[in-house]
Amino acid sequence: MTRIEMTVDGARVSDDVEPRMLLVHYLREKLGKTGTLVGCDTSNCGACTVHLDGHSVKSCNVLAVQAAGHEVTTIEGLAQGGDLHPVQEAFHDCHALQCGYCTPGMIMQSVDLLNDNPHPTEEEVRLGLEGNLCRCTGYHNIVKAVLQAAGGASS
Amino acid sequence: MTVTEKAPDQEIGQARRRKEDQRLITGRTRYTDNIVLPGMLHLAMVRSPYAHARITSIDTDAAKASPNVIDVLTGADLGEGQGVCINAWPITPDQKTPVHLPIPSDRVAFAGEIVAVVVARSAAEARDAAELVDVDYEELPAILDLKEAVKDEVLAHPDLGTNKSALWVFDSAAAGTGGDVEEAISKARQDGVLIEREFRQQRLIPAFMEPRSVVVDPTGEQLTMWSATQIPHILRFALAATTGVPESKIRVIAPDVGGGFGGKLQATPEEWITWAIARRVGKPVKYTETRSESLMAAHHGRDQWQKLTVAARKDGTVTGLKVELLANLGAYVAIVGGGVPVLGAFMYNAIYKFPAYHFSCQTLLTNEAWTDAYRGAGRPEATFAIERMMDELADELGVDPLEVREKNWIRHEEFPFTTVAGLEYDSGNYEAATAKAKEHFGYDDLRAEQRRRREAKDRVQLGIGVSTFTEMCGLAPSRVLGSLDYGAGGWEHAEIRMLATGKVEVVTGISPHGQGHETSFSQIVADRLGVPFEDVEILHGDTAVSHKGLDTYGSRSLVVGGEALARATDKVIERAKPIAAHLLEASIDDMEFTGGRFSVRGTDKGMALTEIATAVFTGHNLPDGAEPSIDAEATYDPVNFNFPHGTHLCAVEVDTETGEITMRKYTCVDDIGTVINPLLVEGQVHGGLVQGIAQALWEEAVYNDQGTLVTGSFVDYTLPTAADTISFDTDTDSTACTTNSLGAKGVGEAGTIASTPCVVNAVVDALRPFGVHDVRMPCTPERVWKAIHDRDQDVASGAVPHFGADTGMEGVADRSTGAEGAGQ
Repeated sequence: MTRIEMTVDGARVSDDVEPRMLLVHYLREKLGKTGTLVGCDTSNCGACTVHLDGHSVKSCNVLAVQAAGHEVTTIEGLAQGGDLHPVQEAFHDCHALQCGYCTPGMIMQSVDLLNDNPHPTEEEVRLGLEGNLCRCTGYHNIVKAVLQAAGGASS
Repeated sequence: MTVTEKAPDQEIGQARRRKEDQRLITGRTRYTDNIVLPGMLHLAMVRSPYAHARITSIDTDAAKASPNVIDVLTGADLGEGQGVCINAWPITPDQKTPVHLPIPSDRVAFAGEIVAVVVARSAAEARDAAELVDVDYEELPAILDLKEAVKDEVLAHPDLGTNKSALWVFDSAAAGTGGDVEEAISKARQDGVLIEREFRQQRLIPAFMEPRSVVVDPTGEQLTMWSATQIPHILRFALAATTGVPESKIRVIAPDVGGGFGGKLQATPEEWITWAIARRVGKPVKYTETRSESLMAAHHGRDQWQKLTVAARKDGTVTGLKVELLANLGAYVAIVGGGVPVLGAFMYNAIYKFPAYHFSCQTLLTNEAWTDAYRGAGRPEATFAIERMMDELADELGVDPLEVREKNWIRHEEFPFTTVAGLEYDSGNYEAATAKAKEHFGYDDLRAEQRRRREAKDRVQLGIGVSTFTEMCGLAPSRVLGSLDYGAGGWEHAEIRMLATGKVEVVTGISPHGQGHETSFSQIVADRLGVPFEDVEILHGDTAVSHKGLDTYGSRSLVVGGEALARATDKVIERAKPIAAHLLEASIDDMEFTGGRFSVRGTDKGMALTEIATAVFTGHNLPDGAEPSIDAEATYDPVNFNFPHGTHLCAVEVDTETGEITMRKYTCVDDIGTVINPLLVEGQVHGGLVQGIAQALWEEAVYNDQGTLVTGSFVDYTLPTAADTISFDTDTDSTACTTNSLGAKGVGEAGTIASTPCVVNAVVDALRPFGVHDVRMPCTPERVWKAIHDRDQDVASGAVPHFGADTGMEGVADRSTGAEGAGQ
């Protein structure tokens, strides 16, 4: 067991974990942050995407001990003071989710994408979301939502 | 009291944003794997690496000694108490159905079958211990190819003596719904046109994003199962029927469910094992599969060989259609199983007036994962085959593919129309949908561009694909299901509870898993009862709340479940009417109900339905003898299927030097009758399109020669990403369905059914100048390149003639064997 401390969604947390424990399992099993989901074993689906120090990572691809001393933001910490993040708003407005399972990861990745490139083209959005799988929406409305969020942010 | 409030605007037809979203976009979700209960134990499965083997011994000692392991159990340990996985649809009375125990104790029949289960205090410890279970196998010959399976030389289940499970036949001459197809074929052979082709429907994996998960809590008076399932009600029935627990002692909950697409329409070994172990240990137990387990052992879809013959006159009028299928059941007959291709049997004639039709389907057992419903279930296969054939006929005749379709389709004034398969299509307008789609698409301009590029011998050729599909949905009239020997009915249940504060609770037997029923059903109830959309709460997916239902599949939720809701609202109004008359001191005959209010005809007196709900709650002033309730329930059995249709058009660019395909445009106009919520309809169509396009271009479950699933992770089972797909041009057209009061038709599967042949037709269309008549799915760059450049290599055009040489058709179809996968 290794002692780790980090900030998750603005709260300081501290736990003893097995060194092999993945960040996603730490979030879900130790912290009850079940908003972050597991969809595959191979880092293909992106359902577990969170932000580590403000940048998106697949939390199945990071050990909990590697996140020690860092700041983690999950889908549960994205809305500030009861206000949805513009990307969350856009996903709702554009019907960019159906079953919702890819949604946490998709939103976290989209936020990161727009942080890097506030005014992406459709092509750039599609390439930027390539690491996140969705089986319901056909991506059409997800791409639309990200573009809408980008437009909204710039106006 | 006066009627001064404005009636709420009509909800039906509004693009309401979803009620479901708020939780899902903020991570407040209740997927099964999120559930944690006091003292909960975790399971890990030990699975066979062999496709077919005898289990000679299982040593569990090391696993049992592993930290925090509670027990390790085999099939022998669980015995009969584990119950059995059921097939609900024996398609013929003499169907061969191998017994399907959740954990067999003697023999495994596919790679991934469970042989032992570890119970531990954490999921990680269970998985560690599962590695320590030592199983000895004696490998048996495995049958992994459909065309080999039919020979019965190697048997999937030696005890059965054959791989042939059932032969299901429909013949229009015998059924009295049409003529004799053999007669039509011989006539066409003499003086008409005969098109013969064989198509491969590759094996697919539903690949819902949420892996299957199940939690069983045995500590209450009712044993409770939470499962990532589409069918909580059917599960409850099946658990009662096979495990000896009274139905009244079982509660099944489908909480948030992360997609299904047919893949969660199953009674699974994993659910039965978790049930058995929770009962055995008396503690809550959870099992969540890994993605690899999901791909390996959750049921797959499609996997058929389709042999088709179209007989036609020289003017393009089709005179007969003959369909012969081989359908792979996998190792066991799943809950719907052979019923999937049988559902397709009624759809090969599609939108056309074929006078003669013969269909036969041989289902076969193999040593591969079981197959069952996958989005469309039977209809995509049928639509693919006939829409490919109509293109082949058009090519043979040298006419536009839309022209040959129009020559044969049912004209709008001919509805209702009884088809050669015996179904009555109530409504549709193929001309209107096609005209609209052509206009949106710019069909004539794209054809002109195609001609220019062909003449210029451009390296990148343009292909235009057409698919004018219909499907049958809204499973299903119970009597029809009974006539097909299906083990249940097709009705649906709904209940309306008028709460004292004027709010409305609606209970439905439909079990959504992403469709947005909480939103669309609220819109229906809001309109019918004249209450605000926000005041309606839709409850579902828990048998303790929704005691009666048949769940979600087959595009039935709106057209069957929604109609049940509508009927329950009518009953609420009927029940409230005498109470309204009493409270308004008027005759019941003078009562009118509009916009949520009862009014007295010819006066300004009125009262809201919600006020009557409050009056009923107090019960202070009701008519003598009146029951203090206006709640109502309805169970609706559909009188017919409904038949959405549409015209899909697709343009692809094919690089003839690399085989790479780029989709340029996709336009579709779907006629789904009355649209309740256009936003949700678009979402269903977009998602459906990509699943259908993925079958055409990218996805295939591939086994190697040993029967190991090669595509056992998302690295190899290639779901499309945002970067692979394009934005679509979708629209609707509307001829109301006449068999439900909403006028609605199903939309959940339409996109998937229509798009696969549309895309393959486009790819083949681009390659026609090279003499190519087919490319096997998925149309990978390699297959496309070989179809153009390497036609002697027997990849795009097989060498084995399946049809008579006199037809001139031998050698034009893709006849490479089923074992060959993409990239091999």
